[in-house]
Amino acid sequence: MALLRADIEKIAHLARLAISPEETARYAQDLSRILDLVAQMDAVDTQGVEPMAHPLHDMAQRLRPDAATEADQRERFQSIAPLTEAGLYLVPRVIE
Amino acid sequence: MHEKGIAELRRDLDARAYSSVELTLHYLDRIERLDPRLNSFVTVAAEQALAGAERADRAIAAGTGGPLTGIPIAHKDIFCTQGLRTSCGSRMLDNFIAPYDATVVERLAAAGAVVLGKTNMDEFAMGSSNETSFYGPVRNPWDPGKVPGGSSGGSAAAVAGRLCAAATGTDTGGSIRQPAALCGVTGIKPTYGRCSRWGMIAFASSLDQAGPIAGSAADTAPMLQAMAGFDPRDSTSVDTPVPDYLSGLDADLAGLRIGLPKEYFGEGLDARVEASIREAIREYERLGARVNEISLPNSPLSVPVYYVVAPAECSSNLARFDGVRYGHRCENPKDLEDLYKRSRAEGFGAEVQRRIMIGTYVLSAGYYDAYYLKAQKIRHLIADDFRRAFEQVDVILGPTSPTTAFPIGSKMDDPVAMYLNDIYTIATNLAGLPGMSIPVAPVDGMPVGLQLIGNYFQEGRLLNVAHRLQCVSDWHLALPKGF
Repeated sequence: MALLRADIEKIAHLARLAISPEETARYAQDLSRILDLVAQMDAVDTQGVEPMAHPLHDMAQRLRPDAATEADQRERFQSIAPLTEAGLYLVPRVIE
Repeated sequence: MHEKGIAELRRDLDARAYSSVELTLHYLDRIERLDPRLNSFVTVAAEQALAGAERADRAIAAGTGGPLTGIPIAHKDIFCTQGLRTSCGSRMLDNFIAPYDATVVERLAAAGAVVLGKTNMDEFAMGSSNETSFYGPVRNPWDPGKVPGGSSGGSAAAVAGRLCAAATGTDTGGSIRQPAALCGVTGIKPTYGRCSRWGMIAFASSLDQAGPIAGSAADTAPMLQAMAGFDPRDSTSVDTPVPDYLSGLDADLAGLRIGLPKEYFGEGLDARVEASIREAIREYERLGARVNEISLPNSPLSVPVYYVVAPAECSSNLARFDGVRYGHRCENPKDLEDLYKRSRAEGFGAEVQRRIMIGTYVLSAGYYDAYYLKAQKIRHLIADDFRRAFEQVDVILGPTSPTTAFPIGSKMDDPVAMYLNDIYTIATNLAGLPGMSIPVAPVDGMPVGLQLIGNYFQEGRLLNVAHRLQCVSDWHLALPKGF
């Protein structure tokens, strides 16, 4: 399956990755080859087969009471943030 | 001291033949002298290690030590360590100091292990050669021109060079077993859910699992003993008792049923690697095992299935790296979208971006059924192959990797060729089964790994089967020249 430049640009946008025009050509080639590998799946008859979402398929997801178990550690967590002010994470203006 | 196994180090420390501080200094000295050849450590934590060793010596003196008290180990740089940088091999986390310890780190600390530092790895564990690290490739101690395997390449190379007594690793598609094979050491990937993934940076959540790498099965056993167990903070952690792995190591192998999947001995397997595996199989027959051919008919599909499931889950997991709360942020973003896009493009390397894009594509509107759902169905078929096989055999045996270590740079331009390195290891992750790699006879001086696959929660059996071979062979004792 060959991906075109326009496909790569769309995928990169969805993935929020800034890629240059030169990289676009390279990614088109690489991703197409990976999808060719993946295309081996097409030959398999999977009619009636249940998808396996969890490797231990007889396991059920545990539930826990809906109660807060973590203490507030805002300062500690924000100490590794790129930009904060007054306890808030700062990003470029979203609404003009 | 570094040629000794953990049991011997334990006896020596307890007998005060030397202190943990002396042992730790010995390893720190080896890292300083020898690691420039390997690049297996991203961060060396000398001060913290010595403080830990002093605590260990006090515990030993007071008789309150645990099985690993005073034993110097290293953590793959994917495990969060409070106060010590956790980079995950990425520029994205080059400045990241985790505010908490991963459960595995906590448990090994509780067992008394001393942490020498953090080991190099493929970026976000995506790679089979340790060449995708932001911190440069790791070199194989057996030949510096060759790769150590990946993604836990730093851990495997550090153990092979005896720069630590043992190390942690993670395995999503072979990332413990393949580097263990290529570096001539012993590594085990436990059953999915056996070790907590809390604080272990996520790559593909339905596949990721933590495990130890060490010089022998007898040394991986106490590591796994400390790492395994239920953790309510990881919703996929399994609440099943952890058996005593050490007490089961010596069990007799008479009557053990070993299955050789014919798909693992076909085209693509290096003939000399196969000869080494066959030599070890004859050794198992002498130990009383019964060897039969079996079939895992869907296993050739495991690589294509993996390259849908793993990228899909990675594209979702790595969406959290947005340049806002932690990690790399670009300079002067003009708006929020620019902040996201440039922070991620600058922070992630090429292989990570490739996988995020593949994952984004296969999960995008209109493609979900053809890719992700189809892959999850075939995954079921692959797991069923194993279920049927374990009705006939106790352990499955084959090669870990189709070849020995390859030259650095030789596969970097061809992602698909690189992916095929994991052809024998991926299926166990898809099925959630435990797998192990142990060294057998080398080929042209380069290590060869033999893979053992067990049924769910049969880690103890794998360690036993590996240990009995290591009792009658010395392949695991060989040290690379100059180390």
